Amino acid sequence: MNRFILPIVAFALLVVVLAIGIRHAPEKGTVPSVLVGRAAPAFALPNLTDPAQTVRSSDLKGRWYLFNVWGTWCFECRAEHETLLEVRRAGVVPLIGLDWKDDDAEARSWLQQLGNPYDAVAADHIGRTAIDWGVYGAPETFLVNPQGVVVYKLVGPLTHEVWAREILPRLSRPGAAGT
Amino acid sequence: MRRLAFLMLLGALAALGLAGLAVAVDTTQMPTPELQARYSALTHELRCMQCQNQSLADSQVGLASDLRAEVRDMLLAGKSDDDVRAFMVARYGDFILFRPRFAARTAWLWVAPGVLLLIGLVVFARVVRQRGALVDADQDPVDGEPRP
Repeated sequence: MNRFILPIVAFALLVVVLAIGIRHAPEKGTVPSVLVGRAAPAFALPNLTDPAQTVRSSDLKGRWYLFNVWGTWCFECRAEHETLLEVRRAGVVPLIGLDWKDDDAEARSWLQQLGNPYDAVAADHIGRTAIDWGVYGAPETFLVNPQGVVVYKLVGPLTHEVWAREILPRLSRPGAAGT
Repeated sequence: MRRLAFLMLLGALAALGLAGLAVAVDTTQMPTPELQARYSALTHELRCMQCQNQSLADSQVGLASDLRAEVRDMLLAGKSDDDVRAFMVARYGDFILFRPRFAARTAWLWVAPGVLLLIGLVVFARVVRQRGALVDADQDPVDGEPRP
């Protein structure tokens, strides 16, 4: 009898370890962002629709905003565009776009054809701002609070479900003033 | 026949070698051999975030080449290897390091192999001792044939 106890205990231990691993597996293999809970990185980039203007992170202080990283080369971005337009229509939170390593003319015609959901789009030609935000695959969406702290990050297309489940509740929470 | 097979094998190996050369994606040249060595070491120990089982050095995707350029520029600006690692971890988290740092969160990664080795040694010692006892019990003469 004694000789079976050790293997059974070892097996039980393995089951527990694997169960914890499965329970805590990050959703869909995405990497947890180190940016959540920290200050949103500063940027100052040309405005896509009006290159003479600059889109600055400092101008966004004091209010909530959604920061959406996209590009015309990004297949999934087309899929989430409808949700972005819905966010725009809801009018709850300003939407700031980061056009990541894109051709300006193509990006402008994309917005003309599909509709422009953004309050402003910053054109990140060299991709340095995307690196500062820890972006590794478009689309990615960040929710930034009035103190300039990132409170939520989504990797992958924004859907109606994510908007209703993850973003709206954070905006209406007590203490979420400044909208 | 056997010689032909041998030649074919050699040919296949040579082709594999050429294929290996063909996928060398990073052609960055650093001004000194010392910088080149540090650049190469760093890009091999940082993960490409888009294709997560490749290093920055091995990956052809756009983000990897952007991050390689970042490594190159930081080294050329006189930054230390730790500066480069800190820059990457601040943006992409511990996950970007193929060799995780020793911290509270990653401690079990480093400690587990030692613990497992210790358990293995204990089991090994017990088994050896038990087998040793069996050999002692087997010292009695068998079939009336006396042992030397």
